[in-house]
Amino acid sequence: MSLRSPLGKVLGLGAAKDGVGHWWVQRIGSVAVAVLSAWFLVSLLMLGSLDYDSVRAWVAAPWNTVLLLLLVLSVMQHSQLGIQVVVEDYVSSKGTKILTMLIVNALHILLAAAGVVAVLRISFGTAGVAS
Amino acid sequence: MAKRERPLSPFFNYRWQYSNTLSLLHRLTGIFLSAGLVLLIYWLMAAASTAEVYAKAQGLFANRLISLLLIGLTFSFFYHFFNGLRHLAWDLGHGFDRKVARASGWTAFVGALVFTVLCWILIALHVSGNANGAGGLV
Repeated sequence: MSLRSPLGKVLGLGAAKDGVGHWWVQRIGSVAVAVLSAWFLVSLLMLGSLDYDSVRAWVAAPWNTVLLLLLVLSVMQHSQLGIQVVVEDYVSSKGTKILTMLIVNALHILLAAAGVVAVLRISFGTAGVAS
Repeated sequence: MAKRERPLSPFFNYRWQYSNTLSLLHRLTGIFLSAGLVLLIYWLMAAASTAEVYAKAQGLFANRLISLLLIGLTFSFFYHFFNGLRHLAWDLGHGFDRKVARASGWTAFVGALVFTVLCWILIALHVSGNANGAGGLV
């Protein structure tokens, strides 16, 4: 049995003016983040030395590059969705809320892009170029 | 006319208990971890740059205050991780029984503490194991 009204069913939206997409992405994404972050932590601990060369060699290994990229993207999305919920809960003024979310989203996009570029640069062996 | 006591939102008059403490902690650790992502990306960017830039980052991470921050982030990670698993179980319809919920809550909290300590013992062993180590963390 569905508790949704016929109109609600047609529009697919609740009082939040948004669908259940956020909820789903947060749950599915959290599984990805859990698996990838656990892998990341264990890998770093097993790496032993975190000096320049070992870290770069580790990041550049093909599967590590792939999983690191996925980690960066999934964790940024998870973080963005989580902060969004907090902002929606505690920032009551609509204008402030929109502005806060714009800044939060921009920061997440910036960090995600930086993370992707960093991992790819190491992976493709662009060493020794100052930032 | 005397002011009448208006009913407050449930947010203000719920009894404080373990469940909302853990829930609040989930949010706080989540926010803290989000801020910690800056450090993660900073570290990756440093590794993507020159050895000198990376050495600077290593120096920063070796800082006592930053190390303390990293320990806090480690605890936050483990707590958010374990409590997140609780949330996923709830979403699947499991673990709502009072006793189970209380036990899983304590497990998440104590488990996070234990894993944080274990993690930093491992790191300490690594650091002391590195003969060239400047006593730094990374």
